[in-house]
Amino acid sequence: MRVDGRGLVDRTRPVRFSFDGRFYEGYQGDTLASALLANGVRLFGRSFKYHRPRGVFTAGSEEPNALVTVGRGAEQTPNIRATVQEIFAGLEARSQNRWPSLKYDLLAANDVLSPFLSAGFYYKTFMWPRSFWEKLYEPLIRRAAGLGALSGAPDRGVYDTAWANCDVLVVGAGPAGLSAALTAARSGLDVLLVDENPAPGGRLTGEDELIDGAPATDWVADVAAQLAGLKNVRVMCRTTVTGVFDHGTFSALQRSATHVPDPGDAPLEVFWRIVAKACVLCTGALERPIAFPGNDRPGVMLAGAVRRYLHQYGVAAGTRVAVFTNSDDGRKTADDLRAAGVDVVALVETRAGVKPGPDHPTFVGSTVTATRGRLGLREIRVEGAGGSQWIKADCLAVSGGWNPTLHLASHTGARPVWNAAIASFVPSPGALLGFEVAGAAAGVFSTKGAIKSGRYRAKLILEGLGAKVPRQGSVEADDTPPSAVAFWQVPAKGRAWIDLQNDVTVKDVELAARENYASAEHMKRYTTLGMAPDQGKSSNVLAMAVLAAQTGRSIAQTGTTTFRPPYSPVAIGAMGANGKGRRFAAERLTPSHQAALDRGAPMVEVGLWLRPSYFPRTGETTWRQSCDREVAMVRKAVGVSDVSTLGKIEVHGKNAAQFLDFVYTNKMSSLKVGRARYGLMLREDGFVMDDGTCARIGRDRYVLTTTTAAAGAVMAHLEFVQQVLRPDWDLRLLSATDHWAQLAVTGPAALETVNHLLDQPISREELPFMGHRQAQIGGVDGRIFRISFSGELGFELAVPARFGDSLFRLAVAHAETLGGGAYGMEALNVLRLEKGFLTHAEINGRVTADDLGLGRMLSPDKDFVGKRMATRPGLVAARREQLVGLRPVGAVKALSAGARLFEPGAGICHENMQGAVTSAAFSPTLGHFIGLALLEGGRNRMGETIRVLERLRGLDTLCEVVSPVFFDPDGGRMRG
Amino acid sequence: MRIKCPLCGERDLREFTYRGAALPRPAPDAPDEAWDAYLHLRDNPAGPTRDLWHHRAGCSAWLVVRRDTATHEIFGVELATRSRAVRA
Amino acid sequence: MRYSGFKVLVQGLTGNRGWAPVWRTPDPRPAYDIVIIGGGGHGLSTAFYLAKTHGLRNIAVLEKGYLGGGNIGRNTTIVRADYSLPGNSEFYSHSLKLWEGLERELNFNVMHSQRGVIRLFHSDGQRDHYVFAGNAIANRGDGAELLDQDGLRRLVPYLDYDNARFPILGGLLHRRGGTARHDAVAWGYARGADGLGVDLVQNCEVTGIDIRNGAVTGVQTGRGPIRARKVAIVVAGRSSQVAAMAGLRLPIESHVLQAFVTEGLKPVVNHVISFGMGHFYISQSDKGGLVFGGDLDFYASYAQRGNLARQEQVMEAAMTLMPMIGKARVLRSWGGIMDMTPDGSPIIDKTPVDGLFLNAGWCYGGFKAVPASGEAFAHLIATGRPHPVARRFRLDRFRSGHLIDEEGAGSQHNLH
Repeated sequence: MRVDGRGLVDRTRPVRFSFDGRFYEGYQGDTLASALLANGVRLFGRSFKYHRPRGVFTAGSEEPNALVTVGRGAEQTPNIRATVQEIFAGLEARSQNRWPSLKYDLLAANDVLSPFLSAGFYYKTFMWPRSFWEKLYEPLIRRAAGLGALSGAPDRGVYDTAWANCDVLVVGAGPAGLSAALTAARSGLDVLLVDENPAPGGRLTGEDELIDGAPATDWVADVAAQLAGLKNVRVMCRTTVTGVFDHGTFSALQRSATHVPDPGDAPLEVFWRIVAKACVLCTGALERPIAFPGNDRPGVMLAGAVRRYLHQYGVAAGTRVAVFTNSDDGRKTADDLRAAGVDVVALVETRAGVKPGPDHPTFVGSTVTATRGRLGLREIRVEGAGGSQWIKADCLAVSGGWNPTLHLASHTGARPVWNAAIASFVPSPGALLGFEVAGAAAGVFSTKGAIKSGRYRAKLILEGLGAKVPRQGSVEADDTPPSAVAFWQVPAKGRAWIDLQNDVTVKDVELAARENYASAEHMKRYTTLGMAPDQGKSSNVLAMAVLAAQTGRSIAQTGTTTFRPPYSPVAIGAMGANGKGRRFAAERLTPSHQAALDRGAPMVEVGLWLRPSYFPRTGETTWRQSCDREVAMVRKAVGVSDVSTLGKIEVHGKNAAQFLDFVYTNKMSSLKVGRARYGLMLREDGFVMDDGTCARIGRDRYVLTTTTAAAGAVMAHLEFVQQVLRPDWDLRLLSATDHWAQLAVTGPAALETVNHLLDQPISREELPFMGHRQAQIGGVDGRIFRISFSGELGFELAVPARFGDSLFRLAVAHAETLGGGAYGMEALNVLRLEKGFLTHAEINGRVTADDLGLGRMLSPDKDFVGKRMATRPGLVAARREQLVGLRPVGAVKALSAGARLFEPGAGICHENMQGAVTSAAFSPTLGHFIGLALLEGGRNRMGETIRVLERLRGLDTLCEVVSPVFFDPDGGRMRG
Repeated sequence: MRIKCPLCGERDLREFTYRGAALPRPAPDAPDEAWDAYLHLRDNPAGPTRDLWHHRAGCSAWLVVRRDTATHEIFGVELATRSRAVRA
Repeated sequence: MRYSGFKVLVQGLTGNRGWAPVWRTPDPRPAYDIVIIGGGGHGLSTAFYLAKTHGLRNIAVLEKGYLGGGNIGRNTTIVRADYSLPGNSEFYSHSLKLWEGLERELNFNVMHSQRGVIRLFHSDGQRDHYVFAGNAIANRGDGAELLDQDGLRRLVPYLDYDNARFPILGGLLHRRGGTARHDAVAWGYARGADGLGVDLVQNCEVTGIDIRNGAVTGVQTGRGPIRARKVAIVVAGRSSQVAAMAGLRLPIESHVLQAFVTEGLKPVVNHVISFGMGHFYISQSDKGGLVFGGDLDFYASYAQRGNLARQEQVMEAAMTLMPMIGKARVLRSWGGIMDMTPDGSPIIDKTPVDGLFLNAGWCYGGFKAVPASGEAFAHLIATGRPHPVARRFRLDRFRSGHLIDEEGAGSQHNLH
């Protein structure tokens, strides 16, 4: 019901929205909860386990009950707190976790069965028969569990991320936060004030209080205006600081467009990373409930929330309101409602010695011991010394005191401490450098206290940062001391809820204690208390108190649970905004990327690179046709391939040769200028890290290539060796991978194509195998290397990357005149396989140089990285798997990588596996499948027949063990 | 986490990669125990430690960071080229 | 007290007043035959099998905090046996068989759910690697199937097949893989061990290990000295510190691994899915929360909390893989301490100190190992000989070079 003359909502701007298909009207400034309460709606949802009817319990983000689904189709968003969601024209909300309807929910049967569904019942049953768990029990439980539902469609919402930097971050814009922010702002420092609500004010917008004799909201407006006038201040509302991380890093979620009908291209939510030199935490306090039988019915609410609905939204949460409290703070609810003309039917005071309120029917020394009302509160039973009576009420405002909102203060590990003077946990003081807690969050609950606390804590921060502290005048406001007497639970028969959301009752906690799940963590995990979407914001402390009473310990001994980020839930879509679709990782494109696309090449991923898989020609319908043709092209004419993705590292300096001798297993110091050498690098643990070529381009200048996959790791490794192991050497390292376009031109006719591209033609004799030189290529300064990864006469031409596209097009066009053309990754792989050249399929991180047949490359004359550990017994054992070639000799001709090797006739079991195929392909040159494999003792088993079994695709092939070099074993084609 | 690179200033964690304890490489002819200790065995303290980081997405400097593994507090950062922690 | 559906019914009708404590709260006695340091999953299962299989009773488990408070209570609950290499392969295969009988063994429903683990591949090379792994799984009889994209779409239609940065080409399905309720595993073993007479002593921190003439004689604790003929260290997340009490330096570096859970949702993800390119894995708990995780935070840490950069990266992987969960909200994140070894595989072995045994270095594979780890460790402690499925998990294998390096990542601890 709206109350005339109250509230901050804009009564001139009605807003139409719907809930469960019915249309309602609220006002601009309403939340879904306040607007529905104003329309007399009390039933908002069903509880998790017993499907009990539930209504609004709070007026903030800590809400445990009123969770709804907003939007439809792909926009459907489950588990939205009705107490936070602002209404807008066309807002469509639905209740959840009920079937067929909110009023008649079949699973409410669980409530009747609740004696059998007590805490942890599922650990004790559903064990027989075994196969029924996956088939029957678990599906039933899964279907019943969960709250809202995802749409199942991809989230097309727009989200963004951002960074903010500031000197002082103030979290929370209540009386403490506003005061802290203004104090810090006046010092001239950069201040960021963040608050989860749509406007600043915090608790003051939900109370009827005076500051300096005027309404508190005037004070809020005044401070907000002062802050707005300062350039060094930024105020972010609708923004929740969700996490505190190391060294002044914070995460925050800004709900930038979830409150408007059509956000257009604006992000719904922005995920902020905030870096602050210091922080004042002014997050206020959360009111705590009292456990009493039947305390979960719609209409039972926290007293502070009832006040907020009245003062902020102009809504009376009921027509006949009762108040149940242990403090003056709770009594204020009765006074405020009465002042607004709302019928207060009972003030139930747990305290015996206090005076009855003059204006209300007061029951001192009394408690509420039962409630009635199926879908909403109808009456309450009040019991005291004078007996008991049922009183009709449709709203019961409950207050058991306040708990400081200390979650953020605990995110970096500081444990809250129990403060007996205010019967609350408070943040442990001074736990974090540059981090202060002020106001109610620190247990300073009164308005005047909060303002002073905010100023004082800001002052400490300013002093710490060496900033000047501004002078401020005194302020007059409410200064009621907090209640020091806690009241947790009513000792009466019946189910009294602690965690409303997960349906955990006092009985469940008692059961946990009885079964000796008596530590706080055991109780929590056994009963699931505090694990629902509200993370126990209103229930945790109460639960500790109940458990403490059960186990005869104090609350301080019982302890609190650990708070972890996020403070309130964050959409995966917002936090992962940068991962959507292809944004997840960078794409690296080769210089010839467009040229390859122009030729219709499909792309494959190699690391972060996109490389052409093959270059289809008219009439080719499968990749194999293209691949076979490209292989034949290279073997018979000339092929062109962009190999720019290979890592290219330049090493310069007086100690360059010495350095390379140290990082390669073989010697590079003996290399002559103008020559290149195949090189092998080990990790320090003695296994092979990478292979590549090393070319000496000057006395103190080398350029190395690495494999595409290992380029980054090798560069980091070389930098490690340079800076950590050999810091005194004269060395410069440069990653030049992106600077150069490099084309492989290979095949019997390669020289013709190369000479077509070079300004000065060369001969085989002028540039022998493994030679290189500077060259003018199409008028551009470049390099030419005579190296081959195909086994044919081969050259690699390097030009600055910007000329790569032209060079590729020219080279391919010329190759085509010779019956050649471009070839892709598939053909490249077959070509290298025919020659037994290695890739990271073989260099798998577990092989030694000797395993690969490269043992002779370990120079005995010098120290090098990995040398010592390569001699460990396990690395030189006789039974190690060694690289061999495989050739099918039986009826089945196909081979697949990943297949395992067995002796023919041996049983097929794990113990009998003798190795595996590392790479396999059809060789069009040889006309059959070939494979490289790692086989136990393989080099001594040439000519043996081995069974190659790939069980996932049912390939069972008999192969002969052969040399890994299938084609042109003496290398005459590439050397000649 | 934020690390103050001696060359670049304070930067977010995401610019750095971690390697492990900052230890000197044994001599090539050091006993097996020394090599085992260098590559595998770790004090692994729950407290102050010295480890190697690489400012990989920054200036490429290898850094020796003195920090606390229990609190994440950082006491100091120096260039590995100038650090005695990795010298034999 | 035996648990059953009937018992639940009877107790429900009588106010649930008759449930007995799941375990006692004994004070530590001055001496035991065997003291197990660490009341986590592995320590509790070790105690259980020592009592059950080897008939030993004079055993104490000493736990610094509460039972099951370590990594068994903070993981993503995945159970699988899909390793490739000798050593791991037979061990996890054996563990899976134990999982399949665990409810009956413990008379405690650990909710072991064999809903299938799918590892996605995004390139031919990755496919080949999974064929390699899949054949190891198949040759052990643990079930592996290679799914092409069509086959995968039928099982998990909601992946972003068309837009994902790394195209989803197919997956390796391990049907016997799945999940289990993590706390229940710890509690089930604890209850079982307690029922067989093992003393489970909580809030009892070990502060020293007594050694005389190269042999262990007992431990010092916050609750006084305790003599023991054998002492077993099984304290993931604190292995190096406890081993140091015996003068040992371990091949372990401890790292943080974060995990996340969303608010409860109606069922949408019915398998365990692992995204190879993004270090991301996800399943949905029976309560409805999406449970997922990513890679290590990468730096040595005991802080049990993660960094923001890794959190974002995990969410980004989620979004590129399955944008269907974009509107699911992360409720809670946590960090466990992973004891990383230089080859990514664990250690179950004697130590150079007589009577002192070590079970450590589970990296992030510890949860699924709990049954076999306990059984193998119990076997070693009771008989002095390694269990056949754990004989390769030697402490000296790094020095000797007999490594079990599934990733081929080498001796840098955090790369596994």
